[in-house]
Amino acid sequence: MANELAPLSDPGLPKHVHRKADSDPVAEKRAEQQVAILFALSGLGTILFIYSYIFIKTDLFVFLPILGETNAHQLGLGMGLTIALLGIGFGAVHWAKTLMSDTEVIAERHEFRSSDEDRADFVDTVKERAAEAGLGRRSLIKRTLALSVGLVGLSPLLLLRDLGPLPKDDLSKTSWRTGTRLVTDPGDRPIKASDLEVGAVAQVLPELRPGQERTLEDIGKDAVLLIRLRPEEFQLDAERKSWTHEGIIAFSKICSHMGCAVALYEQQTKHLLCPCHQSTFDVTRAAKVIFGPAARPLPQLAITVDANGYLIAQQPFTESVGPSYWERSS
Amino acid sequence: MTARERVAGTVANYVDERTGAAKWMKKNLTKVFPDHWSFMLGEIALYSFVILLLSGTFLTFWFDPSMKEVVYNGSYMPLKNVEMSAAYASTLHISFDVRGGLLMRQIHHWAALIFMAAIVVHLLRVFFTGAFRKPREFNWLLGIGLLTLGIVEGFLGYSLPDDLLSGTGIRIAQAIIQALPVVGSYLSFFAFGGAFPGEAFIPRIYTVHILLLPGIFLALITVHLMLVWYQKHTQYPGPGRTEKNVVGYPLMPVYMAKAGGFFFIVFGVTAFLGAVASINPIWLYGPYTPGQISAGSQPDWYMGWLDGLVRMAPPLETHAFGHTISWNILIPGLIIPGILFTGMALYPFIESWITGDKREHHLLDRPRNVPNRTALGAMSLTFMIVALINGGNDIIATHFSLTINQIMWFTRFGLIILPPLAFVITKRICLSLQRADRELVLHGRETGRLVMLPHGEFVEVHEPLSAEKKWTLTQHEQLPAIALEQQDSRGVINPKGFRAKLQARFSAANAEVVAKPTAEEVKQLESDHH
Repeated sequence: MANELAPLSDPGLPKHVHRKADSDPVAEKRAEQQVAILFALSGLGTILFIYSYIFIKTDLFVFLPILGETNAHQLGLGMGLTIALLGIGFGAVHWAKTLMSDTEVIAERHEFRSSDEDRADFVDTVKERAAEAGLGRRSLIKRTLALSVGLVGLSPLLLLRDLGPLPKDDLSKTSWRTGTRLVTDPGDRPIKASDLEVGAVAQVLPELRPGQERTLEDIGKDAVLLIRLRPEEFQLDAERKSWTHEGIIAFSKICSHMGCAVALYEQQTKHLLCPCHQSTFDVTRAAKVIFGPAARPLPQLAITVDANGYLIAQQPFTESVGPSYWERSS
Repeated sequence: MTARERVAGTVANYVDERTGAAKWMKKNLTKVFPDHWSFMLGEIALYSFVILLLSGTFLTFWFDPSMKEVVYNGSYMPLKNVEMSAAYASTLHISFDVRGGLLMRQIHHWAALIFMAAIVVHLLRVFFTGAFRKPREFNWLLGIGLLTLGIVEGFLGYSLPDDLLSGTGIRIAQAIIQALPVVGSYLSFFAFGGAFPGEAFIPRIYTVHILLLPGIFLALITVHLMLVWYQKHTQYPGPGRTEKNVVGYPLMPVYMAKAGGFFFIVFGVTAFLGAVASINPIWLYGPYTPGQISAGSQPDWYMGWLDGLVRMAPPLETHAFGHTISWNILIPGLIIPGILFTGMALYPFIESWITGDKREHHLLDRPRNVPNRTALGAMSLTFMIVALINGGNDIIATHFSLTINQIMWFTRFGLIILPPLAFVITKRICLSLQRADRELVLHGRETGRLVMLPHGEFVEVHEPLSAEKKWTLTQHEQLPAIALEQQDSRGVINPKGFRAKLQARFSAANAEVVAKPTAEEVKQLESDHH
């Protein structure tokens, strides 16, 4: 074996070198004092903690170098606790290092493997006990037991069924209907094309029907971004062009990658960027993905105006908004 | 007998007559623990866990895990009268209206970061020194389990406040669930009690975060430590240290004082960070709503590599037969992490298969003496770091005036090119260090003293190493590669032909070392000198 090539012999543990405090009573005394000072310091830390808790106002701010404007109450509590804990910690370690014995001790290890005799005994015992229970013979009992235990295991799984409803068509539907007004978020005011200047961006939601309340689940699917460009800046096919109104184009704000809000609009480049994973969409080309991990453009909402000049949806979204899922068809 | 001894005696007698603890205690109070700074990394993880339990319990007294809409009416003015979830409002309450609440929140969050960092560095120590080898494979697996749970626990924890940043994190987690083929949308609807975000999620992850996972943690950590105790700690090689002994300090009093003191130091440092370094200032983010987001959205660091992988994924989706498979989510979010963690868990068994070494090991390896393992570690670490860099690409871009595109393309290529490069370089460095060790043992240390010999030649004086040092540098084994047996003695072709070939291949690569000096070489040189 290669390990027999170890060339040199083990010289054994090096000779123990005594510390100063082992032989010099003055050094020993000094070390003792140092430990005591550290423990006493810890006590002072606790006093600072108590003082800060009771007497420093919670809204008192002080200016400190490096930290800047700092809440004095929070800082007093924190530093008090720090000193209290570090005092004990450093004291104990210093005590161990200077005053407790630093002679290394050798303990023997033993192999974990049981002796052959014990192993044989073990196997015999298991066989004997198993035979006593008739495990080898009573296969009918074994099989029915396995079956019933397996079935019992299903019960907790079944109980989890009511954790939530089935998705049904929830992931493919939003609140947008033909003729739904676009309203500002926040504010819930209907908007006219003239409210948006060229270059402007606005977040809109579908107008609530009477008695309807808006939930976060709704916002998670309905949020739409309006962007107004000059009409000639678009490079859209005829259908998509007809979904815009006077240069105003509407996209789902929920990223087609992982559902974050696509909230960063670069006015110069006319790119929409998702801050989560930096998928970048080109507004002029129907939110085509030009960079990043998203695989699909943001769904475009067809808009127009109603008789009063307010922006409305021409039709619901023609595809699911948000991240992909197994049942999504395109 | 003093009065104090009498009291102690009475108590000890009472306990021992009922438990028989004296025998066990007698043996274990003198239990030997080897001393090395790198053995404290696991301790840091353990102590941060205790800090997490303490500070977390405190936070539960005020935290309201509910997504019910409330109107904030606390002392933080900028959010006054804003509608938000009760979870977010109660987190603001803890931060501004409970004395010491903000400190505890910050200690809790810092302790979580330190917990994860300590686990990772501890894992690296165990990996690079080969401490996972027989008989410690179980503890390696437990450790991988703890690391994985730690990532989940941390993520759930910072998701609880229901602020804009954490809600965005949950949204991404939901998208990963939803992307699972066949069952995705069902699982998502079950987990969230309906459409995202719903009102069920925060109370549910609260139960998981404060009860279920901490319970599992406690159980796993207990077994982890019991195994360390029972198997006795590994030790670094050196004079007097063998596979059969353990050299160090006894539990009582030295190790108790050091470990106990170290707990307070870790707690103190965490408290200091909580006092001066603001972390997760949720009041700046505002309440979560799916329609908003803040720029520079970042997960905590231990999730960063995962986010980095997701960010660099190519935009691939399959649409067929009316179904969609999102490779851009599944590959970086599940498949690559699955491969990495499975490979990590299996590594001890793979290595033992390659080396054919089935013996117990209690002496640690010096990383340079196992070049392939060290190189593999460096390779994996490089992969993680490249992914982590991309996880912060938006922050890096703004800080160093780079574009996101530059960083993304750098990391996309870097992820493939840099890890193998790290492997090759690390392996070369290891072999060079072995060569340097060999030189040191044979020719001693360069002293920098030049001497002119009588005939005018200049030589540098080399000082021989001490016997202890020489032993430390040469005690390791250099196992030969496993010989390939294609046929047995009767000429029958080995039925495990391919596996045997593979094993021999790996084994040969693994056995590539700089031969350490033999006893003859050392003796030869010594006699030359005298």
